Amino acid sequence: MKESLGSKRNRYIKTMKFLMGASVFLTCALIVAIIGYVLIRGIPNITWEFLSTKPSYLSGTIGILPDILNTVYLVITTLVFVLPLGVGAAIYLTEYATNKKVVAVIEYAAETLSGIPSIIYGLVGMLLFCQFMSLKTSILAGALTLVIMNLPTIMRTTQESLKTVPQSYREGGFGLGAGRWRVIRTVVLPGCIDGIITGCILTVGRIVGESAALLFTAGFAHALNGFFEGVTSPGASLTVALYVYAKEQGEFEVAFAIAAILMVLTVTINLSATMVGKFFEKRRG
Amino acid sequence: MKSKKQLIENIIHGVFLILGLITVACVLVITIYLLVAGIPAINKIGFMKFMFGTKWAPTASEPAYGILPFILTSVYGTSGAIILGVPVGFFTSVYLAKFASPKMKKIVETAVSLLAGIPSVVYGLVGMIVLVPAVRKVFNLPDGASLFAAIIILAIMILPSIIKVSMTSLEAVPPEYEEGSFALGATPVETYFRVSVTAAKSGIVAAIVLGVGRAIGEAMAVIMVSGNVANMPSLFQSVRFLTTAVSSEMSYVSAGSLHQQALFSIALVLFFFIMLINACLNFFLKRDKTN
Repeated sequence: MKESLGSKRNRYIKTMKFLMGASVFLTCALIVAIIGYVLIRGIPNITWEFLSTKPSYLSGTIGILPDILNTVYLVITTLVFVLPLGVGAAIYLTEYATNKKVVAVIEYAAETLSGIPSIIYGLVGMLLFCQFMSLKTSILAGALTLVIMNLPTIMRTTQESLKTVPQSYREGGFGLGAGRWRVIRTVVLPGCIDGIITGCILTVGRIVGESAALLFTAGFAHALNGFFEGVTSPGASLTVALYVYAKEQGEFEVAFAIAAILMVLTVTINLSATMVGKFFEKRRG
Repeated sequence: MKSKKQLIENIIHGVFLILGLITVACVLVITIYLLVAGIPAINKIGFMKFMFGTKWAPTASEPAYGILPFILTSVYGTSGAIILGVPVGFFTSVYLAKFASPKMKKIVETAVSLLAGIPSVVYGLVGMIVLVPAVRKVFNLPDGASLFAAIIILAIMILPSIIKVSMTSLEAVPPEYEEGSFALGATPVETYFRVSVTAAKSGIVAAIVLGVGRAIGEAMAVIMVSGNVANMPSLFQSVRFLTTAVSSEMSYVSAGSLHQQALFSIALVLFFFIMLINACLNFFLKRDKTN
């Protein structure tokens, strides 16, 4: 069979096969190397003390508890704002909007938002939230910046799962005399809860990994604060702390420890997003 | 009674309309803020002097605000990342979409999505500790932090987007096309590369454009490996990108100065590039869908 193909075709097939093999190998090797290297360099530096204290100039130790808390505050604050906005926008697009032009404009805006690089969000967030709305450099300003950034993600995942709710469910509701809002509240929303959860998980992943947008909006402070105090004061997230320790202070051991934590977090978050999606898919049957 | 219910429905409809329009408002606010903040400095410095000046020295006694070095660095850096990243991503996606066994496909796909999830500062850290010294040693340079190191990091960072988007479009190729090609005696390799890839052309181009957008907008990883000196770009020299030009000086610049305004103008230029790329992306994605 092979000989009958002629040498030119055989060479082509062999070259393409080789290129594919090499590319797949390179991609996989890169992934394993990066993840492995960060974990190997980082995990030995993670101790309980490192996780549970704040940096102390007196004893010269570095702890990342404030940065962990700041990240948690950022996640909570961002989700509180972005969930109603994103889910609401998705509901409008799939349940209410009748004008095709309006839908196209909103969807185009969402696409545009997801293409804007985070450094630009950081800059606009600084102008809009820190200066114009005089929130100063604070976790709240950072969270509001992240709200704009993550709006398209929540919108898209919710919209996609709204589309999977069968039209007959809605018609059944309308047929029983329920108004549109009641149908949405009691029939449509429960049916798209999986999309909202997936969107939330993806958003958490993006918040945990974000840095450029937070640099000028949430700041670099490592103070240990409670939630309400923390939200209104500046604070470094884990990523920003990593950047500062690596670039400005040359504390590479600390940086790798944070990198390993971030890596474990993002990997877990991404895997759980896929798993949640599969779980609901199965349940729906 | 009926009218009251109707009224409530109308109010709720209105609330959702407002929620829907928030994304549009966000885009408008971002655009307006960047224009308002960015245009004054361009006017003061002069458009040609700003865009095509080759010297950036805002703190010198005779300040110069030329951003051509940043623009060219961003263009070269992005092109380099595309040249290195696209072939690898392309062949990987063809393999995954057409040749891989389901198990293999699942494993590699998961791995690729893990790569996409790694925060950019982690890439920057690994680049700083591993790549930069390696570049210094291999090419015998005084300092490895260079355009070359940034290109390699960017090429790795855009791989996942390229692989995912081209895979989606390769998988959407109608099987009849491929069956037709098989029936004419073509081997799988010939079929998938000559028929499927051609059919998925628009989607693959969209993947590349998406990669361009990612690469040109990346700031944190690049700032950690590129050395950050405002030189005209050269492969093994310390360089500064549009993104890093904004982020590296923003923290110490005094508010309201021409220097700060010029940084906003750089962001405006970057925004303009991104909008251009987004328009291309939408064009190709739409064409992919209609095909």
